[in-house]
Amino acid sequence: MVTGKMMQGGAVIEACGLNLTFQTNDGPVHALRDVSLQIGKGEFVSFIGPSGCGKTTFLRVIAGLEQASGGEISVNGMTPDQARQARAYGYVFQAAGLYPWRTIAGNVRLPLEIMGFSKAEMADRVARVLELVDLAGFEKKFPWQLSGGMQQRASIARALAFDADILLMDEPFGALDEIVRDHLNEQLLELWKRTEKTIGFVTHSIPEAVYLSTKIVVMSPRPGRITDVIDSPLPRDRPLDIRDTPEFLEVAHRVREGLRAGHAYDG
Amino acid sequence: MNRILPILSVVTAIIAFWYAAVVPMNIHGVLDQAERDGVVVVPGTAKARRDFASLGLVMLNPGQAAKSWMQERPRLPAPHQVAIELWQTTVEKKVTSKRSLVFHAWVTLSATLLGFAIGTGLGVLLAVGIVHNKAMDMSVMPWAIASQTIPILAIAPMVIVVLNSIGIQGLVPKAIISAYLSFFPVVVGMVAGLRSPDAMQLDLLKTYHASRAATFWKLRLPASMPYLFTSLKVGIAASLVGAIVGELPTGAVRGLGARLLTGSYYGQTVQIWSALMMAAICAAVLVGLIGLAQRLILQRMGMTGR
Repeated sequence: MVTGKMMQGGAVIEACGLNLTFQTNDGPVHALRDVSLQIGKGEFVSFIGPSGCGKTTFLRVIAGLEQASGGEISVNGMTPDQARQARAYGYVFQAAGLYPWRTIAGNVRLPLEIMGFSKAEMADRVARVLELVDLAGFEKKFPWQLSGGMQQRASIARALAFDADILLMDEPFGALDEIVRDHLNEQLLELWKRTEKTIGFVTHSIPEAVYLSTKIVVMSPRPGRITDVIDSPLPRDRPLDIRDTPEFLEVAHRVREGLRAGHAYDG
Repeated sequence: MNRILPILSVVTAIIAFWYAAVVPMNIHGVLDQAERDGVVVVPGTAKARRDFASLGLVMLNPGQAAKSWMQERPRLPAPHQVAIELWQTTVEKKVTSKRSLVFHAWVTLSATLLGFAIGTGLGVLLAVGIVHNKAMDMSVMPWAIASQTIPILAIAPMVIVVLNSIGIQGLVPKAIISAYLSFFPVVVGMVAGLRSPDAMQLDLLKTYHASRAATFWKLRLPASMPYLFTSLKVGIAASLVGAIVGELPTGAVRGLGARLLTGSYYGQTVQIWSALMMAAICAAVLVGLIGLAQRLILQRMGMTGR
């Protein structure tokens, strides 16, 4: 049985005493304070917390889209910027952000074109990842012809197309309704099992975090910090109805406690 | 169908207003002529009538009003007079004739199209520079704005004289004046268009470690298309104005501007108005063609509001 820590080899992402302060007109905002975390290869890590807790900021620091003002962070043993330039990760945003002027296949091909893959290789990869997100047959459709959930799946396919080891997802299902969300959560777990990627997943849904993750990072705001890190005892194989088991509810309870503690601190 | 009715009613209202305005505008001339023909008019002499308000004269001489719509050289021609002139100078004249309005329109149009091409090219290039280069961003825009605050009527003669002194005449100087007017809306629109992709789109390309060139070709340029077409519509109309203005200071004998000029020399208001109408028709057709291209291309690109 594979449970708990899934360290196969060393940590893929390692943050130590990370600080990030934004200068605003109302004075400095501590988006992250003293954040330390290790993410092992093949882990599914969720970041959960109220808005302003720095979960998205942390993900962006990992991705090299934001520079930390203090502390250390390494991705695959490199700085985030080097990792970004080595195309070490695929990033999925809250909005699908597909180009309306490109077909679904054209959108998935976008990173491949930029990275200079050969034509045959591109066609091959597009077909493979579209099959992976269950969108085979929609290659020639335009984004407006697809539902919101399908568009988001296409954007996940786009992030998977160039075979980065790490998948960073910033509230990818936040704008979707619950039924679609459940379905996509199931598919995402399936995809994670098949591809063995390391996934960083930002959410503010407790059930979503508990259902998906091997590790749940609970964060709280002002300043943005980690209040709890929970290694999930749930098995890797997770049917949707695992959400009714006592183990699941226990983890969810602990997450909720962690969130509440963060708020109590806040005053 | 339900768009035709409002359009028709507006057109009818304009024509009715036009006919009504013709009467007081021409009443002095009509009464002078009537007096020479021996008709009794009030007041009896041209000198006395000069101090009289036009509307007052219409009231005093209601029987003469209808004549104001068919004067030989009216101050303001009636719509049907302009329509007849338009018909005679387009359909009934060979297009190669110097009296054909189609010929003159083509002279102006060729300068318009060349100027529009130059202006659009220049506008797009400047916009690309402004978006990609901090120094250009700071320096070019103020100059572009300043260039548009100078009246084109002041610039046009200088352009013509300067170019003439280095041996460039005819189409090119007019096209340059036309480009001077049309590059500006293209710059403004394209800068907005090239900057229209949001932070998320740019972050996405950053995660691919995309070059600036790739960002431009794959994202910025396609995203700017709706903005470009909107600017082109403004730009083509400005081009036409520029080409006509460019014909005025040269004493050109060909082109719509030349028709306006000779019309005003000889008091041929019907000729002036028919040239104006022709210019309006050309502008409408040009803007319409760009609108058509806009619809087709944006539809193909999946960027029309659905």
